[in-house]
Amino acid sequence: MQELKVSIRNGKFTTSMQWGGSGEPLLFLHGAGGPMVGAPFLDELAKHFTVYAPAHPGFGAGQGVEHLDDVVDFALYYHDFLDELQIDNPHIVGHSMGGMLAAEMTALSPYRVNRLVLVCPAGLWLDESPIPDFFTFNPQQLFQVALHDPEGPLGQMMIKQFENPELMLEMYKCMASAGKFMWPIPDKGLKRRIHRVQCPTLILWGASDKLIPPVYGDAFLKSIPGSRLVTLPQSGHMPMLEQQDGFVQAVTNFLLE
Amino acid sequence: MKSHWFHLMPYKYLPDDFKDKYRSVWVDVPSELYDPVKGHELYNEYLDELEYADRLGFDGLCVNEHHSNAYGMMPSPNIMLAALARRTSNAALIVLGNSLALYNPPIRVAEEMAMLDVICGGRFVGGFPVGTSMDTNFAYGQVPATLRDKYREAHDLVIKAWTEPEPFIFNGKFTQSRYVNIWPRPIQKPHPPVWIPGGGSVETWEWVAQHDYMYAFLSYFGYEPAKAMMKSYWDVAARVGCDENPYRAGYLQLIAVSETDAKAEEEYSEAAYYFYHRCLHIPSNMAAAPGYMTLNTVKAIQALNVPFSYDFLKGLKWKDFVDKGYIIAGSPKTVRERLREVVKDMRIGQLMTLLQFGNLSREQTMRNTELYAKEVMPYLKDLWKEWDDRWAPKSLPTKERARAAAL
Repeated sequence: MQELKVSIRNGKFTTSMQWGGSGEPLLFLHGAGGPMVGAPFLDELAKHFTVYAPAHPGFGAGQGVEHLDDVVDFALYYHDFLDELQIDNPHIVGHSMGGMLAAEMTALSPYRVNRLVLVCPAGLWLDESPIPDFFTFNPQQLFQVALHDPEGPLGQMMIKQFENPELMLEMYKCMASAGKFMWPIPDKGLKRRIHRVQCPTLILWGASDKLIPPVYGDAFLKSIPGSRLVTLPQSGHMPMLEQQDGFVQAVTNFLLE
Repeated sequence: MKSHWFHLMPYKYLPDDFKDKYRSVWVDVPSELYDPVKGHELYNEYLDELEYADRLGFDGLCVNEHHSNAYGMMPSPNIMLAALARRTSNAALIVLGNSLALYNPPIRVAEEMAMLDVICGGRFVGGFPVGTSMDTNFAYGQVPATLRDKYREAHDLVIKAWTEPEPFIFNGKFTQSRYVNIWPRPIQKPHPPVWIPGGGSVETWEWVAQHDYMYAFLSYFGYEPAKAMMKSYWDVAARVGCDENPYRAGYLQLIAVSETDAKAEEEYSEAAYYFYHRCLHIPSNMAAAPGYMTLNTVKAIQALNVPFSYDFLKGLKWKDFVDKGYIIAGSPKTVRERLREVVKDMRIGQLMTLLQFGNLSREQTMRNTELYAKEVMPYLKDLWKEWDDRWAPKSLPTKERARAAAL
């Protein structure tokens, strides 16, 4: 994967994007934790697709979040992004907050999206299963709910990273930006628009996800006509890291159907 | 120098094991701990104390706003000033203040403050804090990253609502109205004095200085943390072109006056423990939501390598509170001398005295108030005589002010 600098709307937004591979275009929209630069699953997806994995405005290298007031602005920004980079009929794969964004993008412009994959997406709210207030979690608490095996090597590595003050600052910045679209409750109107999602849609969930519990998978399934729900065992809220092979296989098979 | 009587209005009956058994005094503090019958007694006791301060000649009475908070029971401080308006005569009525982003639309702040100014005959001072993260982001759900933008817009709307004579259109990001035209309008022209209680960001100081408002640093930890803050504030104010008028600077101090230095511990330590150990039981994960502070402020705090937490309070004793200057305690002589040093060094023209703190009894609070008024305040009045307090309210002359009819 290469790292490219991108400028949208005459420099109003600038960002860094990971880009590589060959095949149909696939736009990957990251979650609130940040752009996952260098993550191996992107290279694996690049074996079958041309992958575009930009950092959102306000996250990592992404500048310009001050111009986005709400999720609709955010989704339309990405339509500007697709227009300017001339990415035609992409698949969109969105994770967590990125999943909410992917669903919103598709609802706003249903005929432009090829296939949609929502990986434990945010965006709907069930009173009986409230998503915990993750903005108040320290790294230990976050990984307890987000990972199937927080004490395992992945968990230990991720917690260790947060002892780095620069990384803590980066995380603070990401959470501050995420707050614009998810504070205090990540229910910002998708329920009024999701009926417009018509393209083939895969909903992917980790069976042990305690951050956005799997019951939300059923809610998305019910909301998107013709969609499919796949649950990955031994995985929490980060299936692309926790069960990389299973994740890549599920996504690739679905998109190539 | 002005001495103002500041009340937080704490709930005095949190259990002894409060800080061990419950995670916070704020936001999710269990409502089962609040007894409204005791609350009824406390509000009335506290209003008695504020009225007493007026009779003893304090320059102003201050109340403030907190939400879901057991150490500050005034989600609506304007209600308290309304309760004080008729039975007080001379003291300024100061709200410190209305947390602007929490009033929708902010026109309500302009209206209520105008009402208060009119009811009390122009003795009113309006304060606009941004508000703590606990109050704004957690109790009231405000998005942290946009809170200060919302606050600034609300401020602009309130000032315009007070001063623009014709109905005007307001097309803001957070509020829209075609006919902003408040009735009543304040007695004071162009509007009541504006005081800004704030933390320590350069952005706040610049903004306050540019508007020529009074800046008050309200913290519970005395002179040490305040002196660096106030020095930076004065530097910024000078850079913006403000004069050195000490009345543009305010500061809060816990004060405990006894007959002798030795008696102060006996009379005030229990209340001090209640305040610092129970009232300030704030969990670090709600002290500042992500985006509440600007990235520059976060970087600056990180550079100091000081953990952002109130946990350090738990091990402190009375002697520490006094030695560290959190509380200025002792005989009238000790208190007046120490206070004079502190306010002179920081050029404080508006001293907010916290004479009731923690679970301090009504009797001890009244004694503290009386001792301060008779044995401390007169010795500080001469300070800054050469300056004019431009941030004091300009009320109707006493003989023109309405008096409540006798019962």
